[in-house]
Amino acid sequence: MSTTHEILLKSVTLPDGSTSDLLIRDGKIAEISSTLPTAGEVIECVGLRVLPGFVDLHTHLREPGKENAETVLTGSQAAVRGGYTALSAMANTNPVADTAGVVEQVWRLGIEAGLCEVFPIGAVSEGLEGVKLAEIGAMANSAAKVRIFSDDGKCVSDALLMRRALEYVKSFDGVIAQHAQEPRLTENAQMNEGPVASELGLAGWPAVAEESIIARDILLAHSVGSRLHICHLSTKGSVEIVRWAKSQGMAVTAEVTPHHLILTDEAARSYDPIYKVNPPLRTQADVDALRAGLADGTIDIVATDHAPHPGEDKDCEWASAALGMVGLETAFSIVYTTMVESGLMSWQRLIEVMSVKPAEIGGYANQGQEISIGSIANLTIVDPKAERVIDRNDLFSKGKNTPFHGSHLRGDVVHTIFRGKVVLRDQEMTGVVHE
Amino acid sequence: MKHLLSIHDLSVEQALDILDTAAQLEGLTSGAVKKLPTLRGRTVVNLFFEDSTRTRLSFESAAKRLSADVTNFTAKGSSVSKGESLKDTAQTLQAMGADAIVIRHPASGAANRLAESGWVSSAIINAGDGTHEHPTQALLDAFTIRKHFGPTMRDFSSLKVAIVGDILHSRVARSNIALLQMLGAKVTVIAPPTLIPLGIEEWGAPFSYDFDSELEEFDVVMMLRVQLERMNESFFPNGREYSRGYGLDESRLARLKPGAIVMHPGPMNRGLEISAASADSIRSVVVEQVANGVLVRMAVLYQLLGGPDLNSTGGTQ
Repeated sequence: MSTTHEILLKSVTLPDGSTSDLLIRDGKIAEISSTLPTAGEVIECVGLRVLPGFVDLHTHLREPGKENAETVLTGSQAAVRGGYTALSAMANTNPVADTAGVVEQVWRLGIEAGLCEVFPIGAVSEGLEGVKLAEIGAMANSAAKVRIFSDDGKCVSDALLMRRALEYVKSFDGVIAQHAQEPRLTENAQMNEGPVASELGLAGWPAVAEESIIARDILLAHSVGSRLHICHLSTKGSVEIVRWAKSQGMAVTAEVTPHHLILTDEAARSYDPIYKVNPPLRTQADVDALRAGLADGTIDIVATDHAPHPGEDKDCEWASAALGMVGLETAFSIVYTTMVESGLMSWQRLIEVMSVKPAEIGGYANQGQEISIGSIANLTIVDPKAERVIDRNDLFSKGKNTPFHGSHLRGDVVHTIFRGKVVLRDQEMTGVVHE
Repeated sequence: MKHLLSIHDLSVEQALDILDTAAQLEGLTSGAVKKLPTLRGRTVVNLFFEDSTRTRLSFESAAKRLSADVTNFTAKGSSVSKGESLKDTAQTLQAMGADAIVIRHPASGAANRLAESGWVSSAIINAGDGTHEHPTQALLDAFTIRKHFGPTMRDFSSLKVAIVGDILHSRVARSNIALLQMLGAKVTVIAPPTLIPLGIEEWGAPFSYDFDSELEEFDVVMMLRVQLERMNESFFPNGREYSRGYGLDESRLARLKPGAIVMHPGPMNRGLEISAASADSIRSVVVEQVANGVLVRMAVLYQLLGGPDLNSTGGTQ
C-alpha cells in the first residue's frame, strides 16, 4: 500500500466497557487512547461498541449452481451487514465442493467480492453421497487451504466412513463438521417430533435422530484421537451429551444457530414454510437448554446456517418447501437480545462465541483477534441500544426467507471494518472492495 | 365462518349449527325434488390432488343439489403434473370465478396455506390434507351418530366412542377426536403403540393398546382404514397379526353392547381392519355415512357461501 490509510473511531466502547478513541492505520489497530488527534476517516462512535469481526462457520452461499438464491458476492454483502468479517461456505453447491477445483473457485470468488474472508468448506464424501471420501487432501493443499470438511445438509451416517474421515484430517489438523441426523429415523421428516407435529399431521424429526449420531461421533472421534465439530445442535439431549463429553476432556466443539435460540416448533402451526428448517425448530425446553449451554461453554459458538432460497421455494405447501432460513443479517441482534440483554451471558462471552472461538476452530488466523495495538483491523461496531424491526426487503442477501420479518429485536450492527477499510458504514455498503 | 380448514376452527355452536342445517336440508330434499335453488350462479371447484372418487363425488352431489355450478380439477393429467404450483393452480381457479374451492391434497396444511397465504379470496373447504384433518368426514360422522342416538342431541356426553387403528396417519381420526370430544363424547383411541402419535396425551382422549378390554362399553366403534403402504414400514409385523389385535371380526362384533354402531370412513379393507360380516352386519352404518356425507357437505357449502334463509327459500313442501 503506497498511501497511508487511517480510520479513527471516536469515543468507542471497548470490549472491557471503557470508552476510548481507536486509530486504524494500514489495516491494523495502531493506537488506542482516551483522546487521539483527528486523522483520516473519522467515525463518531458514542454509545457504540467495537468488537472483533464476527466469524461464521456455517454459511450456504449457493454459488456455484444456484446463483438465483445467493452468490458469493451477495452472501458477502449479507455477512458484512451482519458484522461478519469471515464466513465459511458450505460444500453443498452444484457441483459439490468435493474437489480442489470447486473450493478454489469459491475461494477466488470470495477474494473478488473483497468484503470479508470467504473460507470454503470441503465435502467429506464425493457428491455428499456418504459412500467414498472426497479428495480431502487435494482440497487441504489447494490455494483455499481447506481445514473444515462437512457433508452438511446430509449426515455422514456410515460409521466407518465417518471414522476414516476423522482420522484422515489429522495430518493437517483439519476438523469434520457433522450434520447429525440419523437418516432412517428422519425419512420424510417435516418438523420436530412431538405434540405439535402430531396435531398438525406433519411427520416428526425426533430428537434422538440427532442425539444418537452425536453420541456415536463423540465416541468415534475420541477413539481415534480426532477433532469433531457438531453443526447446529438443536436439542436438550444433545447439549447434555456434549456437556458430558467435555467433562471427560474429549475434543468436541459445537455450534448453535440464532434461530434455535429463539424460535420453537409452535411456529409451525401457521403451516408457513418460512419456519421449515433442518434441524427443525424444537420446543421451549430445548431452547432453554441451548441458551444455558451457550452461556456455560458447552456450546462453543453461534453459527448462522444462513440458507437463502428464492421466493418460489417457500411460496408453497409445507411439504414441498425448501429447508432453511437466512441468518447472517439478523444473527447479532438475536444473540444480543436472547443472551446478553437478557443477562444470560456477558459481552466477553458474545465475543468468544461469535468471533474468537469460531476463528480458532476454523484456524482463521486473521480473525478473532484481540482489540489491541497491532491486531488486524477486522472489526464490527454495534449499537446495543438500537430498536430494530426486521424487514425482509432490507436484506442484502438475495434470500428474503427470514422468519423474523416484523420481529422487534434489540441491538444492531452499524459499521463493519475489514482489513482496515470500512466496508459497511451506517448499515450501507461503502463500495470498498479489497484485493 | 369464511373457511372450513380444521375442526379446531369451529365452536360447539358452529358445529351443531352445521349438523342442524344438514338435518334441515335432509327434510327439504327427501321428497321427489332433490334439488334446491339456493346456490344458483355460484361456482364450486373440487381441487383434488389425490385420488378420492367418493369424497369428490360427495362434494359434487352436494354442490349440485344446491344448484351450484361444479368444476372438477384433478391433478392427474392436469397442469399440476407439469410442475404448476399449488399457488398458480389456485389463482387460475379463482380467475375462473370459483366462489369456493374444495381441496384434497397429500400435504398436511395445504388447505391452510390456500386460505391464509393471500393467494386467493375464495372460501376454502378442506376435503382432507395429508395426515392432518378431514373436517367434513368428522361432521358427517357426528351427524350419523346423532341420527342413531338422538337427532337433536346437543350434548354427546352419554356416548362412549372407540376410534381404532392407524391414528398416527389418520386425518379422519384427528378430526373426529377433536369434534366428538368437543361435543362431549368420551373418546378412547385404540391402536398398537407404533400407530399412536407422540404427545397424544395432550389431545385429551385416553388411549389403549387393547381393543378387547372395554369392548362391551362402547356405543360407537369407528374403524380406520389401514393404508396398505404401511404394511412394509414395520408399524406391525403383518396384516394377519394386525387383524388379530385390532380388527373388528365376528367375535368382537358379537360382544358389542345392544344398540352399538360400527362406523368406517371407507374405503374398507375387508378382512383386514374389518371383517366382511362386520361390515355388512346390522350394526354397520357405513352406507348411511356415505348418504349423510352429501347432506353435511351441502350444509357446509350453504353456510360458507352464505345462502339465504332456508325457511324462506327452501321450498315447496
